Amino acid sequence: MTTRTATADPHTGHVTAHGQSAMPTALLGMLLFIASEVMFFGGLFATYFNARASAAGEWGPPAGAHELDIVLAGVLTAVLIASSFTMQFGVWAIRRGNIGQLRLWTGITLILGVAFLLGQLYDYSTLGFGLADGVFGTTFYTLTGFHGAHVFGGTVGLTILLARAMRGQFSARNHVAVEAVSMYWHFVDVVWIAVFSTIYLLR
Amino acid sequence: MATTTLDPRADTYGRSWVLDWLTTVDHKKIGILYIVNSFIFFFAAGILALVIRSELAVPGLQFVDVETYNQAFTMHGTIMIFLFVVPVLSGFGNYIVPLQIGAPDMAFPRINALSFWLLPLGGLLIFSGYLFGGAAAEGWTGYAPLAAERFSPGVGTDLWIIGLTLVGTASILGAVNFIATIFKMRAPGMTLFRMPIFVWTMLVTAVLILLATPVLAGGLIALFIDRNYGGSFFDPSVGGNPILWQHIFWFFGHPEVYIVILPAMGVVSEIIPVFSRKPLFGYKAFVFATIAIGLLSFSVWAHHMFTTGQVLLPFFAFMTTLIGIPTGVKMFNWLATMWRGKITLATPMLFAIGFLAMFLIGGISGVMLGQPPIDFHLQDTYFVVAHLHYVFFGGSVFGVFAAAYYWFPKMTGRMLNEPLGKVHFWLHFIGFNLTFFPHHQLGLSGMPRRIADYSPDAGWTILNLISTVGAFMIAVSVLPFLINVVASLINGEPAGDDPWEGNTLEWATTSPPPPYNFDRLPPIHSERPLFYLTHGHGHAVAAGREHEVEEAEEGADEDVAGDVEKREGLV
Repeated sequence: MTTRTATADPHTGHVTAHGQSAMPTALLGMLLFIASEVMFFGGLFATYFNARASAAGEWGPPAGAHELDIVLAGVLTAVLIASSFTMQFGVWAIRRGNIGQLRLWTGITLILGVAFLLGQLYDYSTLGFGLADGVFGTTFYTLTGFHGAHVFGGTVGLTILLARAMRGQFSARNHVAVEAVSMYWHFVDVVWIAVFSTIYLLR
Repeated sequence: MATTTLDPRADTYGRSWVLDWLTTVDHKKIGILYIVNSFIFFFAAGILALVIRSELAVPGLQFVDVETYNQAFTMHGTIMIFLFVVPVLSGFGNYIVPLQIGAPDMAFPRINALSFWLLPLGGLLIFSGYLFGGAAAEGWTGYAPLAAERFSPGVGTDLWIIGLTLVGTASILGAVNFIATIFKMRAPGMTLFRMPIFVWTMLVTAVLILLATPVLAGGLIALFIDRNYGGSFFDPSVGGNPILWQHIFWFFGHPEVYIVILPAMGVVSEIIPVFSRKPLFGYKAFVFATIAIGLLSFSVWAHHMFTTGQVLLPFFAFMTTLIGIPTGVKMFNWLATMWRGKITLATPMLFAIGFLAMFLIGGISGVMLGQPPIDFHLQDTYFVVAHLHYVFFGGSVFGVFAAAYYWFPKMTGRMLNEPLGKVHFWLHFIGFNLTFFPHHQLGLSGMPRRIADYSPDAGWTILNLISTVGAFMIAVSVLPFLINVVASLINGEPAGDDPWEGNTLEWATTSPPPPYNFDRLPPIHSERPLFYLTHGHGHAVAAGREHEVEEAEEGADEDVAGDVEKREGLV
């Protein structure tokens, strides 16, 4: 790019050619990846609603199993939403160049994410029905399980972010990875809100 | 600089060429890897096609048993679509798109390498079913409940699922890369409406891949859960719904048809103007038709499911007919480009014209099948086989060979031999029509697809025999192509930078291009920057009269870029 006419964005230092937006390429890549993830979860939600619409009798856990623990799920929802806020505080901190606060908020976000996963595993252990117990179980564990897998992926990203922040690799001008991971983390959060509303609230 | 002159094209590292190809992140090398890998799978799936056609040549089971036959047509369809046509077009896209937009590489070179290397891995997993008690055998569509564990207990189907998921992941990553490259890496002056049509079709294709493939991945995972963990997505005995699989598969599967045909349309739209010595007629109409096809492709999937009785027939019939309109617009674009052009029938052009003729037939039979009253009679007959081969083979594969003949000189610096190319084309064209045209009549007279045997009294024998002869002719036609490629690589006529007097930027650099693609870029004032450099305002630019050129360009009908330029204030 250096041999061509190029302009640098004064805020991010990102070099763009004429007439092209200033969004860093890595962020655009993450946004596109998230678009594909939206379609992936869209397909899983479609299977859920299809199963629900064609199910005979009452929709819910199989007879004899426990009811869904909406209180625990509600607490986990609160934990994950809170983690979205703490993530964003970290992003705002590094935009100001405050790497100390970035470390703090990333660490808290990571703890909240792990707490969510542990809570979900505890929930699974108490439910008393499994993937193979009818179509409700299949769709329930597939939707929440794939969401959980994405939370796990997010915690891996957060761990890498934290390690890099500890080495002082980010600055106000150079923190595309922080923006990208936060974008993904917010997406995972939004998916959970949809999962929670669909499974627990739309009864 | 003055004292140490280093040839930037010299090998900087003394690495072995094997290691170099295995670890490359250069879009051109990755593009060639895509193309070579795809052709290997093409030959493998082609052999399976010969198995199918040999078995059907005459009534009775002569060569294979029914189970082997089922595996053959399943693997043939899966491999041809997922490991040949889609990736070979991605390979040409990988090589050509960065060059055509004047970029040094793709946006994410390492992800580009990853998306390539997942392909052979996925393909080998799909094929490896043969080593573990038999490959998948429920057709490339994997319909439930046939694909359920009860009816397909072998591990071949699980390998098919895992392999396809990897291949799908590869194409999603590739799609992210293409979109980011096209939006972020264009050279100064290369506005969206100056992009070559091939780049436009790759862009729309990438969006379709990005939005359709994840849905298939979700469906494949659901099928895997059903088969291995006792899930009941598609099992009606415990509340599941087998028709759901068809919805998921075709929600992906119909955009997939356009994923396969749009880049081929792009190839043809590059070739026809060059060999007609005219600009593409109606550039903007073509772009909007491409976008319209992309949008409509998400609303026609259930025309594959008319006979399930669970879809809204009028809606999907209407949308299916509607999508014929932008496709028709493109036909007029191509024909009007050729109209009164100075046409040369070089091999790329022959394949491009072959594409027009064959795709027209496939398009017409497609509109026929889109009408429920006809479809109810022809569902799952050889008429459908004829239709899909006229679109996939007559359309996409003709486009692939057109691209191969057109861009081989750029990729290797050598011309392909023209007489051999023409032998290839005519054997291929005649063989293709001998093979698949009789399928229309076989379908109309009721021959179902996916059967290994048929009654001698059914009246299908002669047409099947003709079809088998045609299939072997296609197989033979590949030989002159292979000989041509090898002989030209060794001893072909040097191509020079621009053997076809092209329009687009890939011809502005050397053949093959250096690792960084361009020493310098010509000015870009239209969708044909190279044409204007060599034929048009080259003189004017040299004389320092650029603004006159701009005015002249804005007056010309084919030039849409002038307005865009003014609007965006880019001049």
